[in-house]
Amino acid sequence: MRELLLAEAGWHVPQLNVGGWFSAIVDWIRNNVGPLLDFINLIVQSCVDAVVWVLTLLPSWAMVVVFGLIALLVRGWKFGIGALIGFALIDSLRAFDNAMDSLSQVIVSGVVAVVIAVPLGILAARSARASRIIKPVMDFMQTLPQFVYLIPVIFFFSIGAVPGVIATVVFALPPGVRLTELGIRQVDKEMVEAGEAFGAPSGKILRGIQIPLAMPSIMAGINQVIMMSLSMVVIAGMVGAPGLGSQVFGAVQQLQLANGFNGGLAVVILAIYLDRLTSSFGDRSAVSRAARVASKV
Amino acid sequence: MATVRAEKIYKVFGRRARDAVHQLESGASRSDLAAAGTTAAVIDASFEVADGEIFVVMGLSGSGKSTLIRMLNGLLPATSGDVYINDEDITKMSQRQIREMRQRRMSMVFQHFALFPHRSVLDNAAYALEIQGVEREARRAKAKEALGLVGLDGWENHLPDQLSGGMRQRVGLARALAADTDILLMDEAFSALDPLIRRDMQDQLLSLQAELGKTIIFITHDLNEAMRLGDHIAVMREGRIVQIGTAEDILNDPANDYVAQFVQDVDRAKVLSATSVMERPTSTIGANSGPRAALKVMREMQHTAIFVVDRQGTLLGVVEDEAAAEAARNGAETVEGIISNDIPEVGPETAVYELFIPSAESRLPLAVVDEDRKLLGIVPRATLLAALGQNAKPVENVREDANA
Repeated sequence: MRELLLAEAGWHVPQLNVGGWFSAIVDWIRNNVGPLLDFINLIVQSCVDAVVWVLTLLPSWAMVVVFGLIALLVRGWKFGIGALIGFALIDSLRAFDNAMDSLSQVIVSGVVAVVIAVPLGILAARSARASRIIKPVMDFMQTLPQFVYLIPVIFFFSIGAVPGVIATVVFALPPGVRLTELGIRQVDKEMVEAGEAFGAPSGKILRGIQIPLAMPSIMAGINQVIMMSLSMVVIAGMVGAPGLGSQVFGAVQQLQLANGFNGGLAVVILAIYLDRLTSSFGDRSAVSRAARVASKV
Repeated sequence: MATVRAEKIYKVFGRRARDAVHQLESGASRSDLAAAGTTAAVIDASFEVADGEIFVVMGLSGSGKSTLIRMLNGLLPATSGDVYINDEDITKMSQRQIREMRQRRMSMVFQHFALFPHRSVLDNAAYALEIQGVEREARRAKAKEALGLVGLDGWENHLPDQLSGGMRQRVGLARALAADTDILLMDEAFSALDPLIRRDMQDQLLSLQAELGKTIIFITHDLNEAMRLGDHIAVMREGRIVQIGTAEDILNDPANDYVAQFVQDVDRAKVLSATSVMERPTSTIGANSGPRAALKVMREMQHTAIFVVDRQGTLLGVVEDEAAAEAARNGAETVEGIISNDIPEVGPETAVYELFIPSAESRLPLAVVDEDRKLLGIVPRATLLAALGQNAKPVENVREDANA
């Protein structure tokens, strides 16, 4: 028996060249929708450039103050002082320009991801069929290793900020879609019924009841989108996206431990800042405000 | 004219719902369908709700009452059958027409209030008007008025979560009242409230109903609540309406064993009125009768007193045995001179629990009289007690009937 099995040791299940198919698809797209890709490339690059331009309008020390002020206005003096120190540290690490590059990519990809994710989430919440299609796609997108997105986008958009942003959008979408869908589905059925019982059309129920009540969850989703964007933007340094990612990546390649550490520290500061900032947006939704007012009684 | 009429409505959840209705029509039971994976929530329900009445649908959880009420405003479309609102069949309406019907004709109050936590009390109350497209100022004025009706003046700018349960449901009620529809659907509206607050709300609903004359369809699992509120009550069990009638019909003449068992626990003293427990006034005499005749009747009936009525049956008073005996000794011609007016009188609608004190304070049976003081019946103490003790007995009888 064993001899028999050994005799067939060289045998394999017939080969499926999935990777080959994938590259064929990428080739096909590149050859056939080239002008569209160029157009997207142009738009995204312009957006990133515009945001970078705004972020570098003032000298870096002034921007540090601006970030501190935003933090102060949104969350109060503790966060304001923290942000001031944090961004001052980034500047003193001489990583400020890189941080602004990364931040601009986070902003552009974050906005694009939110603009796509929220409507998709609403669609999934309102239609069981849409949800059945969207859910596995989101599962797939989320479980795929981050690096895998980078390979096709390089083929489509060559290297630079654009492939980084595109890959980031794809990677950051799922939590936004999921938390939006979840939030809307969790709205008390009786509330939606109340809207229906008074004769409200479904658009008004969505705008007046479902979205406001789902807002804390949607905001948590947006927070997640921004955080995932940041992590992906750093990784996108591998495909030449300028910023903290390429600083760290370059340092790793050239064994410049100090430079790499500086970049990493800047990433952490940026991450904390963005997280605190966006999570406070959820607290400002009407439902959260109402809950706070009520809990004071 | 009936404002709401349901004709043979069915609601079946699951696949092939239409086929399931045909099966039910040809005698399949609910459990037959359950085996096939479909749920018959409402089976062959027909009823009429008259203009301006409170129609209560009562049943335990799972009896299909919530499904039934949702078919009336189309939140759940009926699988089969017709629902008429003012003679318009809503099962034939488009979505748009149904929305319009809901805006103009019926509003709803929910078990868990379903208030919008992010809107102020005033804006919650104004919600229906907002949907109707009423201008901001006009709808706020109207919502304020509705809040006043339910006793929430001064709470307009609070948030729902700052209010107690009873007050929240008042907002729910105000929201429905502000919509200014003729028909009010109330789905277990008071079930989530504490018993005492529930009572207050019931009282308030009754007085609002008297004031505004709305047609109310009220769902509850609480029989006492049903009996208290309902002009008519439909009892549901396993998707079917097993009996429709007034509270007294259901209490005194339960359609089957199930209803009989259900009403066992009812506080009969609160549901029954004097009319339903009184006895025929067998022993009355005219004012022209002599005292000896009066004594004779009393002896025969073994009473110590007798009611005196005129020819039209109007109650004149009462003659007691001692007075009659004395009058007879003195040789009086008629009892006219000894008629006492000191008698306990009650109206026909007086609830039984209000009869106890007068009954305890008087040696005589209570006289039930109408507005013209016509003697309708009497309630001796023994009858009163028997009426309360009745619950155990009829159930036995009904069981025998059911077995026969």
